[in-house]
Amino acid sequence: MSQEEAVAMAGQFPLTFGLDTFGDLNHENGEPVSHAQTIRNVVEQGVLAEQVGLDFFGIGEHHTDDFPMPAADVVLAAIAARTSRIHVGSAVTVLSSDDPVRVFQRFSSLNALSKGRAEVILGRGSSIESFPLFGYDLADYEELFEEKTELFAEIMRGGPVTWSGRTRAALTAQDIVPHLDAPMPVWIGVGGSPYSVIRAARHGFNLMLAIIGGQPARFAPFSELFHQALTKFGQPALPIGVHSPGHVAETDEQAREEFWPAYRDIITRLGPSRGFPAPTRDFYQREVGPRGALYVGSPETVASKIAQNLPILAANRFDLKHGMPGMSQQSLLRCIQLFGTEVVPRVRELLVTTAAA
Amino acid sequence: MTGNGAEPGVAILGAGHVGTVIARLAAEAGYRVSVATSGDPEDIELTLQVLAPCTRARRVVEAVADADLVILAIPLHRFGELDPALLAGKVVVDMMNYWPEVNGFLPEFDREDVGSSGQVAHRLAGARVVKTLNHLGYHQLDEEARPAGDPERRALGVAGDDPAAVAVVSQFVERIGFDAAPVGRLYAGRMLEPDGPVFGRPMSRAEFESSLVPVAA
Repeated sequence: MSQEEAVAMAGQFPLTFGLDTFGDLNHENGEPVSHAQTIRNVVEQGVLAEQVGLDFFGIGEHHTDDFPMPAADVVLAAIAARTSRIHVGSAVTVLSSDDPVRVFQRFSSLNALSKGRAEVILGRGSSIESFPLFGYDLADYEELFEEKTELFAEIMRGGPVTWSGRTRAALTAQDIVPHLDAPMPVWIGVGGSPYSVIRAARHGFNLMLAIIGGQPARFAPFSELFHQALTKFGQPALPIGVHSPGHVAETDEQAREEFWPAYRDIITRLGPSRGFPAPTRDFYQREVGPRGALYVGSPETVASKIAQNLPILAANRFDLKHGMPGMSQQSLLRCIQLFGTEVVPRVRELLVTTAAA
Repeated sequence: MTGNGAEPGVAILGAGHVGTVIARLAAEAGYRVSVATSGDPEDIELTLQVLAPCTRARRVVEAVADADLVILAIPLHRFGELDPALLAGKVVVDMMNYWPEVNGFLPEFDREDVGSSGQVAHRLAGARVVKTLNHLGYHQLDEEARPAGDPERRALGVAGDDPAAVAVVSQFVERIGFDAAPVGRLYAGRMLEPDGPVFGRPMSRAEFESSLVPVAA
């Protein structure tokens, strides 16, 4: 796909911008705040996201002390109750260790409460702690995700559901309530598996590329694969989004210094179980540079990077995963404000220029 | 050479994030590349067409039959489904890793004395197992491949007990864009595993060699 084709493909859909959080544990004055306070802080972040004009606020399910956020739908409902325009959704829902019927019920309830503002992003996320917690075997991951996505797609079609499989009890002509009275977009979050791209296309779900390390352009073939697979399965064109971590502050230096210790500490802590080494400062500099996956810097730096990557990836949506465990609520609120009021308008401006060029 | 084409044949088992990257690098290096999974080849045709052009989707039996080199690009928890008889006599690259957090707990691999490739070789008795490609992530393999002589070229450790097999695999490593750094016998390949000094760290050959600490037999 050429850049022009990619731009045209993404141009079929409105350009939208969101924020994602995993409920990263906040610190204040170097000390961790409680899990409960972190959750209340996330609600304030969601409310501010609407005030600064953003389109989406997503919460990713996690179950650890660094990310005490197991019930994203509950927190999203609190945000929905205090907002009127912004979409609220999961980022992601770990469907493999959940029940598709319950996931649908919780999010269709959220869609009801928010008057059609709920979205669901299904995936694995980069965390796997929900498997032992809920009694699932990681070795069954592929089968669980495949079957549960299929059932979820069946439920989303509406009407009575008949389904059988190996991972949960069968259903026969089952009415699943509450019925949707407004569309509820469903995405599949993809971190690198081509199978997930094909799966999203087959079910007619949107594609969310989770790019958390390395060169974003490396994912461009996935957008092409999604596009071709949609055609193959007779599905209409569908949106493509990008989820990447980052932080915005007044200057590049301030953003980098605020983000670095939190980033270094969490990656160092998670590394041994995920198979990656502790990040060096050099590694970090590459990731925050123009060819890396982190969107850390001044509004201008972050905006240019987003505007550079969206066309390459044929994407029309960008969700900034803001915050890291250890950052303060104050710096996150400032990041959200700058992202909404400076970064997003600047990206729109830059992309108009790109399209016209 | 057992292949019938002018170029050596490579069979890649697995068409996920890892298999498609290796397939593309191998095809770009001029190898005749087949990719196989436990499913119907048709299921991966579109994926290969887009992510690894000039490679062929085939059934495992057919892909392996005329391959000079077989690469295991499957998660370790699926390894048990592979029929060892298919790989007898073959040069087999084991690029799998044991991470309980990803694979689940696998008792036969949950031991430190032989390393995961030792267990793989034990089960694939008759195959000529070589360990490499496992200590950089698939995205690093994708991004770091460089032509020979490039100052940014990185090293990949190669460990195996069969010198001829190690030579075939080292040539493959060199051709897809990395310096092949011999690390000795298969048991020494433990140095390339998760928690080891080179895991996940792209390094030049010199940096790689100075990072290794010999492992006693």
